[in-house]
Amino acid sequence: MGKRNRMVYKKLNRKIVINFTNSSIIFVLLFTFFSVSQVNAQSANPPTDDEVNAIAKELYCPVCENTPLDVCPTQACAQWRDVIRDKLIEGWNEEQIKEYFVNQYGDRVLAEPPRRGLNWLVYVLPPMVFIGGLFLVYKNLRTVKASKPIKSDSHLDEDDPYLKEIEEALRIIENKE
Amino acid sequence: MENQTTPKKGLSRGTIILVFGILLGFLAILGWGLRNAQAGPVQIGQKVPTFDLTTFDGDVVSTADLQGKVIVVNFWASWCKPCEQEAADLESAWQIYKDSDDVYFFGVAYVDIEPKSREYVKKFNITYPNGPDLRTKISTMFRVRGVPETYIIDRQGKLADFKIGPYSSLGEIQAMIDPIISQ
Repeated sequence: MGKRNRMVYKKLNRKIVINFTNSSIIFVLLFTFFSVSQVNAQSANPPTDDEVNAIAKELYCPVCENTPLDVCPTQACAQWRDVIRDKLIEGWNEEQIKEYFVNQYGDRVLAEPPRRGLNWLVYVLPPMVFIGGLFLVYKNLRTVKASKPIKSDSHLDEDDPYLKEIEEALRIIENKE
Repeated sequence: MENQTTPKKGLSRGTIILVFGILLGFLAILGWGLRNAQAGPVQIGQKVPTFDLTTFDGDVVSTADLQGKVIVVNFWASWCKPCEQEAADLESAWQIYKDSDDVYFFGVAYVDIEPKSREYVKKFNITYPNGPDLRTKISTMFRVRGVPETYIIDRQGKLADFKIGPYSSLGEIQAMIDPIISQ
């Protein structure tokens, strides 16, 4: 009976040890998993102010005219920047965020007007006017160059009485001086 | 001394007309933009175009369906402190007029964040239809400069009166609406 008891006791002990080991392994695995999860969650950092402002500077709040959203101090603008931050956390990209703001508040929130309709004038007219200006300058320069006096082949007539009079007058002036 | 010059060949008349045309076009666009920017709010007596408002509950309310009624359009925002001053008075006014079926109230959230707008509506127990000004179409139509601004449209669909800034009391709201109802 004593031997049997000792064997049962040993078995029980081994079981406890095995159970303890298993529990420990499970605990360690779970701990590791949650730690890693935590680390992963932390590594998906919330967007920095710079990331938010990079998008915000492309937007204008209609309340504060001519002030880009990244430097606008009003509460409305602060709310908009929070929306940008939330959308970035949700995994939206810059284009999606801009589209959201356009759908909510219209095209005028964009720093750069969208390339459609009359907005094309903004993109097309300045280069056209610049090229037109260059063409006009070039054309005028050519005209000026072409209209430079051309020396005629005819020689000066030294017997010309008018010329003689002028030379005489010049000589008198020089002598007086 | 005999100098010869080549005949002066300037710009053709067509080119000059084209250049002036482009210049005038530019000035016209600039002028049109400036005129629109400085036009100020819709003038009293001016016909107000119909518009739809999609409320925060998802319903679409159209002013086209409200012809013959007096319509009160209030522009507000959750970030606007003066709007909070008049919110309760506007709701009280709505409670007074809603059963008469003569007056209809619209609340338009101007340049606001929707969750904040919803919080605002809840905070002040506003029960008349409220919704966002999507793409700022409605505020552009009224040429709204800021909030709060309230516009009252008469039974003929013309702008009868407007208030820039917050109402100071319920009495002020009634004093504005009552004469328009009895017109």
